[in-house]
Amino acid sequence: MRRRRSAEARRARRRSALFLLPSLLGVLVFFIAPLAVVVYYSLVDNPVNGDFVFLDNFIKVWKNAAFKQASANTLMFSFIAVPLAVVLSLMLAMLLEAKIPLKSRFRTFFLSPMMVPVASVVLIWQVVFHYNGALNAWLSAFGIEPVDWMKSRYSQLVIVALFLWKNLGYNMILFMAALAEIPREIIEVAQVDGAGPAARFFRIKLRYLSPSLLFVTILSLISSFKIFREVYLMTGAYPYETLYMLQHFMNNTFRNLDYQKLSAAALIMFAAMLIVIGSLFLVEARVGKDVEGQ
Amino acid sequence: MKPKSGSAHRPRSARRLRKNCGLALLTIWAGLFAVLFLLPTVLTFTNSFMSSEEITANYGAVFATNESGGKAYMSERVNLKFIPDIVSLRQYIAVLFKSADYLLKFWNSVILVAPIVAFQTGVALLAAYGFARYRGRFRELLFFAYIIIMLMPYQVTLVPNFLVAKWLGTIETRWAVILPGIFSPFAVFILTKCMRRIPSSLIEAARLDGAGEWQIFTKVCIPSCKNAVFSVLILVFIDYWNMVEQVLILLTDKDKQPLSVFLSEINSGEISLAFAVACIYMIPALLLFLYGEEYLVEGINYSGGLKG
Repeated sequence: MRRRRSAEARRARRRSALFLLPSLLGVLVFFIAPLAVVVYYSLVDNPVNGDFVFLDNFIKVWKNAAFKQASANTLMFSFIAVPLAVVLSLMLAMLLEAKIPLKSRFRTFFLSPMMVPVASVVLIWQVVFHYNGALNAWLSAFGIEPVDWMKSRYSQLVIVALFLWKNLGYNMILFMAALAEIPREIIEVAQVDGAGPAARFFRIKLRYLSPSLLFVTILSLISSFKIFREVYLMTGAYPYETLYMLQHFMNNTFRNLDYQKLSAAALIMFAAMLIVIGSLFLVEARVGKDVEGQ
Repeated sequence: MKPKSGSAHRPRSARRLRKNCGLALLTIWAGLFAVLFLLPTVLTFTNSFMSSEEITANYGAVFATNESGGKAYMSERVNLKFIPDIVSLRQYIAVLFKSADYLLKFWNSVILVAPIVAFQTGVALLAAYGFARYRGRFRELLFFAYIIIMLMPYQVTLVPNFLVAKWLGTIETRWAVILPGIFSPFAVFILTKCMRRIPSSLIEAARLDGAGEWQIFTKVCIPSCKNAVFSVLILVFIDYWNMVEQVLILLTDKDKQPLSVFLSEINSGEISLAFAVACIYMIPALLLFLYGEEYLVEGINYSGGLKG
């Protein structure tokens, strides 16, 4: 009986593996196998000769001025935009947790920018942030000198605002779900014990939210790379220097078909993403343990 | 019990008043945010009904800086307006009947996105069943690889995609964008999470009734994940309806590019059409949002846990 069951289980396992096949083949062909080739390209001098040069390509990319600028800008942007996206969306979620009227309408409104194609809304952004645009017109009413928003050091601020506009709703939904799962009794007990709103937030809610904080941070980090869309659609392939993103660098490198540079740059980014996301997980694991230890 | 704070001694009505004031304040905050979130979309919509003269008069200063300033009525400064002076459908008529170019680009978007959405979901449904039905070491490892690929930005994944497109000779054809899209692991991730929540007793019962793997898949798993499938359809659609990065590298032929890229290249002479085109491009996404908001929310919540 037992043997028959295990034979049956094995058969089920094998049959269910067949379901994996189409996806597995596609992922192998379009992602995993070429990634292996990317590793190979990054280590040789050129695809024809195939002479092994070890880390030369990486060092070249690392010292490349355009790459440095692009990574500095991208880092700077993510460094500002991601924490803001986490904190502000948590605030929105808590705002909707309060018993305000028209709650579900507000949720719809906050979520709507996510569904608006970047290309559609970029026209309005151009009208607002152009030197002769609406924002400067309003500011001049208060006697503030016009600023060339997209072509000055303020440009990073503008794209942070655009990023928040588009992404806060998504994060807010995640936090709303997490807030709803905090056991009511614990909050009530704390309230009876005289914990104020601040203590209830920092001592209780934040701890329950820590897994969501991690995921929202990671998801925001990933979408922060997509800010290239707004930048490209607003300012084209050659933007102001503080808006020159890693994707711009990649586009230009693709144009020159420099496989070594492309491969090395992609792998550097691959490694950087793994390190950042891995360390976020480690931090959360420690904080999470801390909660259980209480 | 500890002595409580003074609020208990205060008359009840005063406390309620204070609570209501706080609530009113929060509502005002929410309202302000709502205006900020809605305004750009609403403006795009209302401005699409402006006549071309009005657009030029109001926004000429932004879009026509490189042109010879020969146009009449152009003001120095932009004049952002909510309501057009005269509501006119002329721009829409011009887009729909007179300039085939925009319709062609819209069509390009459709034929790129539709197969990606349909086949990514189909392939992912199958794979999700494979991942959920049995969790051995190899499949766990593979699933982990899928998550890693999913987390990588386009700056990383476009290099492999480009190489494959070169080898297959699909570069500069729509397949260069469609094929990697179909096998992108995002939908697999969400649907696997859904299928893993199906109680194994349900599957076991179906199996004892003599159902084979295919029947369990089509009669038990797909129906129980119906909502997740809708969420995946919406999320994948909006991601690709917005595509920019892939197109700039894999499909540089302007005639084949989707509106998501082409819209920004509308020259200033046709700026009056741009708002109408932008609106037409928004409509499918917004309709999906209006009818599928609950699915969208559910899908977002599925995406919010990488551990499975």
